[in-house]
Amino acid sequence: MVNSVTNLGRNGLADWLVQRVSGVVLLAYMLVVGFYLLCSGSDLSYEQWSGYFDSTFMRVFSTAAVLSIVSHAWIGLWSVSTDYLTERLMGGRATVLRLAFQAASAVVLFTYLVWGIQILWS
Amino acid sequence: MLKVSLYRYNPEVDQEPYMQEVELDTGGKDLMVLDVLELLKGSDPSLAYRRSCREGVCGSDGMNINGKNGLACVTPISEALKNGKGGNKLVLRPLPGLPVIRDLVIDMSLFYKQYEKIKPFLLNDTPAPAIERLQSPEERAKLDGLYECILCACCSTACPSFWWNPDRFIGPSGLLQAYRFLADSRDTATEERLSDLDDPFSVFRCHGIQNCVNVCPKGLNPTKAIGHIRNMLLSRAT
Repeated sequence: MVNSVTNLGRNGLADWLVQRVSGVVLLAYMLVVGFYLLCSGSDLSYEQWSGYFDSTFMRVFSTAAVLSIVSHAWIGLWSVSTDYLTERLMGGRATVLRLAFQAASAVVLFTYLVWGIQILWS
Repeated sequence: MLKVSLYRYNPEVDQEPYMQEVELDTGGKDLMVLDVLELLKGSDPSLAYRRSCREGVCGSDGMNINGKNGLACVTPISEALKNGKGGNKLVLRPLPGLPVIRDLVIDMSLFYKQYEKIKPFLLNDTPAPAIERLQSPEERAKLDGLYECILCACCSTACPSFWWNPDRFIGPSGLLQAYRFLADSRDTATEERLSDLDDPFSVFRCHGIQNCVNVCPKGLNPTKAIGHIRNMLLSRAT
């Protein structure tokens, strides 16, 4: 058992499950939005595009997609940081670098999350 | 003449590892890679590698042969050259990812530490029967494809996740063995074993790229065993 306090779900299974579920949500979102774009053709106006995202369904779906991107990205970036920014590979400075990388990732993802929700629900 | 490129490193003499180019007359025979090494060692006794049974049972002579991990004793030269890397030259390197002690001999301490972690023995807290714990043929069949692992380390040292975290990720070999005991009807420590594995590193660093399946000289499938462990963790937690 290897404990960690910085991964998303506190255990391996939760992270693995969130990664899979969020992946499925993002795939579904891409297909739905992609299908809309294909059906709309080249004459899609701003009003149509804006109206499409004004529906409650698209707001809820887009919020789920934003949450999925943030959680998916955090689990992925956390894995990258604990693969490559380690004491085994870089020596003692790795802990500082890893924490800095994780903190920067958290700030960016949190900003995207709040900004996304603001755009969708304001 | 067979051209051979050998990874050489003696920390008592060499500043850093180097590749030694040698040629060997095989008499036109399709020798095993271990036979090539034996012939080379005849002319240069300083060449170091591990070997024992010479028939793919002991798992001692795992090494990187033309870019692919395998057992030198059961890999013919013709098969090694088919790997593509090295052209018509036989290129022999130690298994990647673990420290080199000398030439083709690696320090397998971390590999064995991970194996030790999964408690590779039956745990049973019920009173021992007079003779033995019986299994039905169906229960015994569940161990096929699991018990045959010879701990050669070809799989774990072909796994990038094990390269980056050999101290935290159990690795394909250890996880195959972990499932061997989880699947055993005579073992009663399933809950304890699963609890020990449910962290972000031990099992879940496997990303399913199947390098382990590709190189296993016994034809085993650690990725499938890891999938079974994941399913057991999932059904236990949901």
